[in-house]
Amino acid sequence: MSGEIDRVEKGVAHEDAGAPLTEAPASPPALDFGGAWDYAPAPEATDHVHIAPRQQLFVGGRWVAARSGRHFDTVSPGTEEKLAEVAEADARDVDDAVQAARLAYDRYWSKMRASDRAKCLFRIARAIQEKARELAIVESMDGGKPIKESRDVDVPLAAAHFFYHAGWADKLDHAFQGRAWRPLGVAGQIIPWNFPLLMAAWKIAPALACGNTVVLKPAETTPLTALLLARIVEEAELPPGVVNVVTGPGATGAALAAHGGVDKVAFTGSTAVGKTLQRALAGTGKKLTLELGGKGAHVVFADAPIDQAIEGIVQGIYLNQGQVCCAGSRLLVEESVHDLVVRKLEDRIATLRVGDPLDKNTDVGAIHSRTQLDKIRRLVAAGEEEGAQRHTAPCALPTRGYFFAPTFFTGVASSSRIAREEIFGPVLAVTTFRTPEEAIEKANNTMYGLSAGVWTDKGAKILWMAQHLKAGVVWANTYGKLDPSSPFGGIKESGFGREGGRQGLLEYTEVE
Amino acid sequence: MSTGPAAPARTPAPGALEAFDPAARVPVNKAYKMYVGGAFVRSESGRYFQSRAQQAKVEGGADPEVVNLPRGSRKDVRDAVLAARNVGEGWAARTAYNRGQILYRLAEVMESRRAELCASLERAGREAEQALREVERAVDRTVYYAGFCDKYQALLASFNPVAGPYFAFSMPGPMGVVAILAPERPALLGLVSTVLPVVVAGNTSVVVAGSEDARTAMVWCECLATSDLPGGVVNVLTGRAGELALHLAAHREVAAVDAWSDDPALRAEVEREGSGSVKRVRTHGPDETRQMGSDAGQGLAFIERFLETKSLWHPVGR
Repeated sequence: MSGEIDRVEKGVAHEDAGAPLTEAPASPPALDFGGAWDYAPAPEATDHVHIAPRQQLFVGGRWVAARSGRHFDTVSPGTEEKLAEVAEADARDVDDAVQAARLAYDRYWSKMRASDRAKCLFRIARAIQEKARELAIVESMDGGKPIKESRDVDVPLAAAHFFYHAGWADKLDHAFQGRAWRPLGVAGQIIPWNFPLLMAAWKIAPALACGNTVVLKPAETTPLTALLLARIVEEAELPPGVVNVVTGPGATGAALAAHGGVDKVAFTGSTAVGKTLQRALAGTGKKLTLELGGKGAHVVFADAPIDQAIEGIVQGIYLNQGQVCCAGSRLLVEESVHDLVVRKLEDRIATLRVGDPLDKNTDVGAIHSRTQLDKIRRLVAAGEEEGAQRHTAPCALPTRGYFFAPTFFTGVASSSRIAREEIFGPVLAVTTFRTPEEAIEKANNTMYGLSAGVWTDKGAKILWMAQHLKAGVVWANTYGKLDPSSPFGGIKESGFGREGGRQGLLEYTEVE
Repeated sequence: MSTGPAAPARTPAPGALEAFDPAARVPVNKAYKMYVGGAFVRSESGRYFQSRAQQAKVEGGADPEVVNLPRGSRKDVRDAVLAARNVGEGWAARTAYNRGQILYRLAEVMESRRAELCASLERAGREAEQALREVERAVDRTVYYAGFCDKYQALLASFNPVAGPYFAFSMPGPMGVVAILAPERPALLGLVSTVLPVVVAGNTSVVVAGSEDARTAMVWCECLATSDLPGGVVNVLTGRAGELALHLAAHREVAAVDAWSDDPALRAEVEREGSGSVKRVRTHGPDETRQMGSDAGQGLAFIERFLETKSLWHPVGR
């Protein structure tokens, strides 16, 4: 009986914690600096970066115009200014690229010593490091992500991926427990706009390490860093045709995937396109890797280190404006700490600096495109219509460019669109749970299964949760960490295959 | 009313009438049923079929015995998937050691039923010596996989040396419900070779037995039923592969499909159907099926195909 009284008393205490700030000594008020801590603009200098006004395709080691002679614009989402015109490859250009890749495979890449292939990859890794700042600036200009992220996350990780896989090239006999393996041939790789250079590295590095040659199709809206990478490949003096880059819209990617000379297709992008691709490849015998959408659940238990969890939550959903397939876009909070977490989250997002992607102080940059911004707005409106309570950071947004203030919803029903659909924006859906079992049920109640997060101080609970969460990656007391040595990829409709680690090599080899 | 093929008339072959001995004992024939959720069931559709090898025998007049087998339906597929899904968590949660013990028990049961398995293969047209070899190989393969239950993890998991203060590792885990379109031949070894690696990996399965000798598949199910394998871990349906495989490939609770078929059109169709829910679909043509009898028909790769890698990160600190 005394236990029950205890519970009641705790319940009262908890209600106090959820009351307005001034009346809750257990929950200190947020620090308020007034206007004293405004940041002066700190733009990254771009004068040393030259973007050629007209970009060509990289095919067979040469820079060529599209056969159609057509071009399309690539625009900076931070300023809405045109950055360059990019060649629009059609099926003929794709055919040229695939043939060049095949020739390079037959004539050079499959005949070279593995240790020499490794050294080619090491050269690329080094060159990425040498050109790191240029790559970061162009990445932020073309894609809208904060320079802080492109400089400290995307570019270093891209270099790390080449370093990591370079080392595998001459050690593959150890990778498959003594089983015989062979490369697949020509890989057609189609990548998205949210991590343009990093995804190019994730695709190209393991493919080349395993002895394949590649044709890469960057996203229509973010082709510039992939073309800079092609320049690095050229300067690293890889044999012509080992890496080819064809730019263009979805149709270019479709032509690449459908090409009869392609042995392997690797795609990162939306689940809808992934399904279409899988269907189109049925019966062709081509090996396929799909890295698709997600609706990552972030589970916060009452015994978690709450302040650290808040940082993890913010990293998980506002990194790259939430345009991340493994974003922690659903927050499940144990009921007893819900009000505290919401309060702290509200305080935290009020400090995020939204604006110029090239400003070194910017935390949240530009949404990738007008289309994406419209989609985010539509889903946020749907969230409000469905009765969820909206919390948006009180920040001023730039008048030009595509921006959306960090936002989260509380009181979200599991059935609502913002809880089920991948928003791909800085929008978080918060719900509560009472038991670990309920947390698991809610977390797994999605067609996706890419990533999940757990915050608790109890080791056994972490491992129990990790066992039961249906996701390809589980971050415990951290979130969103990536590394070339750690396999990444999803289950269910988040796709199949892994990228990174020994396991990722399986996607680019045929193993007995 | 059955929509299955018309049953051949039980007309004795010429000369058979004279050989009929009125004093001989009339043997009791067995009705063969599908194996779902640990129980032997008829098709809810009431449909049946007679396997092709059986019909050939009847037409040749050498063996007038007719075996009717249930022709499974879409509803049977759904029931079987439900049975497989419901026991999935329990099967995966058993210790690897326990799964190994259960599979070894299955090998013991198969060995003790060697004569029955051989007889079934022979009745479907296999030469006696070949039948014996197939059964022995199937038993040995079962022992092989029994011993793999607690080994593949060590071979496929990894400690990931990430560049930061994190303890990061990746572990293989089951995909869930795996649908298997078993090869037509070899009837027994084909089943054992495709089903066991899937369940060794902690998955549960819904299997469509090859229709040429589906009876042998049902005899094997009696081995499963009398081993310690929990009901629902392996569910075996009989019927038309083309019909059942597509229902399985389209079913959202099915995580993966392993289709062994000589028909390229069916393999492509299964791959297409599977794309609607991003299924892991593996298809195998006759070249691979032919290797079933050799050591190439078993191995780590068979287990690895239906495993999913999960990576776990945790900070390291004081």
